[in-house]
Amino acid sequence: MLESLFRRLVTRGSGEESDPSGDDVRTDGGTVTKTATESTGGSQRSWRESEFVRSLPFWLPPALLMGLFVYGAIGWNAVISLTEWEGFGSPDYGNLDFSMYARMLADPTFVAAARNTVVLLVAFTVVSLVVGLLVAILVDRGIRFENTLRTVYLLPMSLSFVVTAIFWAWMYNPEFGLINVVLRGVGLGFLANDWISDPSTKLAAVIFALMWQFSGYCMVVYLAGLRAIPSDQFEAARIDGASTLRMYWRVIIPQLRASTMSAAVVLMVFALKAFDFLYVMFGDTPGPSTDILATMMFREAFSSSNWAYGAAIATVLFGLALVVIGPYLYVQYQRGDL
Amino acid sequence: MSTDTEGLSVSRVALYAVLVAMALFYLAPLETGLMTAIKTQDAFFSSTPFVPPFGDGFTLQPWYEAWAQMQGPLTDFSGALYNSAFVAIPATVLSGLIGSVAAYGLTNLNWRGQAGVLMLFVAGMFVPYQSVLVPLTRFWTIVGLQNYLAGVPFLAQRVGLIELIVTHTAYGIPICTILFRSYYASFDQSMLEAARIDGATFTRIYQRIIFPLSKPMFAVVLIYQFTQVWNDFLFALVLVSSPTSEVATIALNKLQGSMVQQYNVQMAAAFVAALPTLLVYVLFGDQFAEGVAGET
Repeated sequence: MLESLFRRLVTRGSGEESDPSGDDVRTDGGTVTKTATESTGGSQRSWRESEFVRSLPFWLPPALLMGLFVYGAIGWNAVISLTEWEGFGSPDYGNLDFSMYARMLADPTFVAAARNTVVLLVAFTVVSLVVGLLVAILVDRGIRFENTLRTVYLLPMSLSFVVTAIFWAWMYNPEFGLINVVLRGVGLGFLANDWISDPSTKLAAVIFALMWQFSGYCMVVYLAGLRAIPSDQFEAARIDGASTLRMYWRVIIPQLRASTMSAAVVLMVFALKAFDFLYVMFGDTPGPSTDILATMMFREAFSSSNWAYGAAIATVLFGLALVVIGPYLYVQYQRGDL
Repeated sequence: MSTDTEGLSVSRVALYAVLVAMALFYLAPLETGLMTAIKTQDAFFSSTPFVPPFGDGFTLQPWYEAWAQMQGPLTDFSGALYNSAFVAIPATVLSGLIGSVAAYGLTNLNWRGQAGVLMLFVAGMFVPYQSVLVPLTRFWTIVGLQNYLAGVPFLAQRVGLIELIVTHTAYGIPICTILFRSYYASFDQSMLEAARIDGATFTRIYQRIIFPLSKPMFAVVLIYQFTQVWNDFLFALVLVSSPTSEVATIALNKLQGSMVQQYNVQMAAAFVAALPTLLVYVLFGDQFAEGVAGET
């Protein structure tokens, strides 16, 4: 759209020789420079290039700073993962091979951590999306105190994982924690459990707590999606005699695909790096039932000084993140959102 | 007819009941934490967790203890809360400003590589920090910031915190840029065109038009980014080693490890650490929600 705007301006400038506005567009500070006058010839390309050059000081330094820290570090990490770097001292870049990746495949801890990561990623994403969608549908039904309720639902998102992990460790306390107290109170005492010590419930307990923290976010995303659907669609479905449930399933939810996708990307990427919560609750060794790649990476690199091995696990994590965000970026690009 | 409205009101009541139940679900851990934080050790081991304390079960002692561990006297400028503020405020302002400038440079022009550059910014939001941690620590070791700061004791004692400011700024740029860009893209282009025709330069348009109009988005970005930086744990864990440079999240985790059975102090400390973000959230919830939604 901008391009056509520029083109229009340029053609106007070159068409009417004495039109000052045509020249002014191409100048700095309103003075007509020689180059500007020359480009009046209508070379649309050089015009755009000068615009490109003038915008460089704005976006290039930030891009370089970000690029150095984000992409430079990712590349460096990949190189470190090919060394044998351990303990004190610096990495030896002379001898690069894939031995750390071979070690990974033979390491049962890695296999368990990878499996837990996938379980966490899928279960956490699905549960948070479902809860968020249900709450959004309810909030969207023209209720009172909508703002207050929304504020309450999103509140956990504003808290640090260190804070929420401490809250939930107390909630899950086998004797005095709220979960078991409530279960006993409603006669379901036989379900009471030592949720975060029992290997069979540990991961589920973590997923539940993270769902508590993130479903409000899903609600916000879905609510925006629901509000974007024209209200006559709700009406039409109702007149057709579709029951409310069927209406949502057939008409509304399919239109929330974009919301689902963007929320799912955020949730899945978060699940890959969900470190803080587990570290605060369990330390750097959550045990085979709850260990994920993010905690294993930290343990290998920063607790055991197996820097190269940690870097290799980190590269795998980055690869997984790429698998998640690649399709998302592609769709964004196709839709012209970039 | 009457059954109809009755049916309607019954479903309305059910709707509100579910919504309130959900609200209780989201509030329960906080409410339980708050009640536990004002109970004596005996009281919270003998009472229902979410019930307020009564009689001599009530105490504010956990808060004094938590405050002493998390911050200490307000004159102690190496308290954990001060350290968090020392990192979060500059990092937030810097990444906000840089993001705004970068977004402007990436909005008002049209060249072929733009989508590629933007894609790098968007992907930058989603990079798992684990995949940069090892080089990041290596980078700061090689830079050796303390050598440059030796002449300024106030800063030299806070080397780790300064490293955190730079790191958070760099990793905050992608989200800030994306938020600002979507905002700038919604601007009326004819207004900018008019300014251009009047001979305003690229820089001038930013200073005179874009920046002043950015205020609402600055509120969103600064609030969101402040919360992110304040709540961060991982970068602080690997970059800060000096015990006098602990930020609030690190101090809180340490306290939790050393006061295993004292849940009341743990809960009070959790609230102390969360206080600034809770305050920001209560005051600016709408802006925070917008920032959160902008991540998509």
